[in-house]
Amino acid sequence: MTVILGIESSCDETAAALVGDDRRILAHKLGTQEALHRPYGGVVPEIAARAHVEVLTPLIEAALTEAGMRLRQVDAIAATAGPGLIGGVMVGLLTAKALSYACEKPLIAVNHLEGHALSPRLADPTLAYPYLLLLVSGGHCQLLRVEGVGRYKRLATTIDDAAGEAFDKTAKILGLGFPGGPAVEAAARLGDAKAVPLPRPLKGSAEPHFSFAGLKSAVLRAHQAGVHTPQDIAASFQAAVVDCLIDRTAKALATCDDVTALVVAGGVAANASVRAALEALASRAGLRFVAPPLWLCTDNAAMIGWAGIERFAAGLIDTLEVPARPRWPLDPDAEKVRGAGVKA
Amino acid sequence: MILGSAAETESCGAACAKLLRAGDIITLSGALGAGKTTFARGLLRGLGYAGEVVSPSFALVVPYDPPEVGLPVLHVDLYRLGHSEDLTELGLDDGLAQGALIIEWPERLRDGCYPEALAVQFEMIDGQQRRLTASSPPTWKKRWPYPA
Repeated sequence: MTVILGIESSCDETAAALVGDDRRILAHKLGTQEALHRPYGGVVPEIAARAHVEVLTPLIEAALTEAGMRLRQVDAIAATAGPGLIGGVMVGLLTAKALSYACEKPLIAVNHLEGHALSPRLADPTLAYPYLLLLVSGGHCQLLRVEGVGRYKRLATTIDDAAGEAFDKTAKILGLGFPGGPAVEAAARLGDAKAVPLPRPLKGSAEPHFSFAGLKSAVLRAHQAGVHTPQDIAASFQAAVVDCLIDRTAKALATCDDVTALVVAGGVAANASVRAALEALASRAGLRFVAPPLWLCTDNAAMIGWAGIERFAAGLIDTLEVPARPRWPLDPDAEKVRGAGVKA
Repeated sequence: MILGSAAETESCGAACAKLLRAGDIITLSGALGAGKTTFARGLLRGLGYAGEVVSPSFALVVPYDPPEVGLPVLHVDLYRLGHSEDLTELGLDDGLAQGALIIEWPERLRDGCYPEALAVQFEMIDGQQRRLTASSPPTWKKRWPYPA
């Protein structure tokens, strides 16, 4: 069995995992600091490179102990090489390079987005290429046609805010607390989704992309108008996001008739309304709907280890010269978005 | 100055791009939805960037480098930042040595951290209109094209 050590440190999370090519996760250790809530409605991102440095080596050691393995028994070392904050990415990548050099094990540089894109295959052995992936999180909102390892076609992206960011900022505007996604979802359950007329930016548009900045501004105006309850605004906001996601995903589906499944990944996949609407869309299109377990949707190292497994199997090994890349599009050939931000 | 629409905010940003030099800092202040990222998008378009300019709230720093832009730019959002000490972690000084910084939510900086910055503020008048005010330091006085 091939076992790969996966390392993730590209943003707020530091993590290490040992993943086998039989899809077993032998160990997974997260360094999350979720307790640090802030009055302005967010988690303090532990961005300090020194914080990653301090926790990463113990996390790797703990993962090896849990799996009952020694470093020399792993077949390769995979680390996120971007996109992300340069300090954090460099800590993870340089650690991987040092371990790779010291143990004479191959190094695999993984694009963080590739980790998300391939993670559904870790959870579901029957998921075959190509599939349509909606990656929807605090930092990203993209539709990707996943054709194989290293072969991704970006069909759509947000031109301004990510969907998860819209949830977080709506929670802040409405004073619903943190984390924003679950807070908005809980408030929405008590509200009327038809109560507040909110825009659906780019819905029905000929271009394939997403936009959420105008919706966020409309939420702010609705809140300031003081007519509706936060619950009604939350419910109406959530319905608008779902409408946008479904409209854009349906448009993308229409352009790729050979996909085997509709897959969702990213933290927003935790939202039950989003999930249910995507499942219904897949059903109407006669497709399977695949949603990995939530812990695999948010940032983690198991998905980096799994991407390492897939790249290793495809013979995609990197040299010690591979650079950390703060910005690293998964599909460099994706058509540029020329449109400006869309007003609500 | 009154900006009548998001398109005007973007145009204003694009006009400022023509004035930008390496070592410059522009800070953008204002409430959620006031037009900070829209202004930054215009500025990056003015520097020749053709791709999407997304909100840096989650990523904290989004770098733009030649040949995509005429001048290297770090688009920074301090909204989520917890500690001012973390600023050093963002690599802003390195970015400043090579290009320009556009910083949203500068209130989270230590006071007076970047006194040489062009400080642009946005106020929401209604759904469309924004009031832009700028306080320009000496290095910007001759360059800033609008009434202060």
